[in-house]
Amino acid sequence: MRFVVRVDVTHLPGIADPQGATVERALPALGYTNVSEVRIGKSIRLVIDAGDAASAHHQVAEMCERLLANPVIEAYSIEITELAAT
Amino acid sequence: MSARVAVIVFPGTNCELDIVHALDQLGGAPELVFHTETSLDGTDAVVVPGGFAHGDYLRTGALARFSPVMTAVAEHAAAGGPVVGVCNGFQVLTEAGLLPGALQKNAGLKFLCETVECRVETSRSVLTAGVEPGTVLRLPINHFEGNYICDAATLARLRAEDRVVLRYVDNPNGALDDIAGIANERGNVVGLMPHPERASDRLLGSTDGVVLLQSLLDAAVARSAAA
Repeated sequence: MRFVVRVDVTHLPGIADPQGATVERALPALGYTNVSEVRIGKSIRLVIDAGDAASAHHQVAEMCERLLANPVIEAYSIEITELAAT
Repeated sequence: MSARVAVIVFPGTNCELDIVHALDQLGGAPELVFHTETSLDGTDAVVVPGGFAHGDYLRTGALARFSPVMTAVAEHAAAGGPVVGVCNGFQVLTEAGLLPGALQKNAGLKFLCETVECRVETSRSVLTAGVEPGTVLRLPINHFEGNYICDAATLARLRAEDRVVLRYVDNPNGALDDIAGIANERGNVVGLMPHPERASDRLLGSTDGVVLLQSLLDAAVARSAAA
């Protein structure tokens, strides 16, 4: 089965996010004074062949632990969608 | 007898020639080793130089740790061999798990290119064995992601085990505890953000880096003699 996977990598809470802070400071200049908690992260998209969604999730989690995210400073979330067979 | 030093080159590394020149001037025998090499036989010490290994893609140092040569570097380190990571090299060593913690973006979000004062905190490392603790060295830094961080437990260990090797006198990038360089438990693996090779020639304005490189060469010679 084929799955489309989206991994969101973000800073761990408590880790400084200077990019997010900078963007947050820039938004009021555009007229948005109602925005807070801007966080900037990374989005990784991939397609994986796996027996089932659980297996796909497990493998992607391993990829996150080993490469896609640095557990010292980053957290990740995984979203899996089955690709309809064509 | 010359100390054979392997200077690792990844695609995107750009400081290897400076390291080679500096070690050459001090009587060492540096040799460039491409990242696809799988053997470091005959090597007395390893330097992972600065630059942008693998374009810093995904995260700085993240992809370099999967290069074939890193297995040999890890084995060399495990056997007690001296390994020094400079700047990007420090980032590679943390991603490879040979040193704890991580290097994040500078607090001011500026790429720093300046000479800063760094204090040697311990002589209990292959990079500082010949330096009196408390010595202040003027060394160039050249980085966007030199902000060292680790969790509280790791920091406590680093301090308790005398593994903070170098601290900034005036922290330029927000690094935790002003840390500019650290060592592993045995003191044979050291990572630092400043560039000692760029302070090793009067023509460059400072020779403060010489004592660090000399300590490394002495450690390499000792290893060679013991082999």
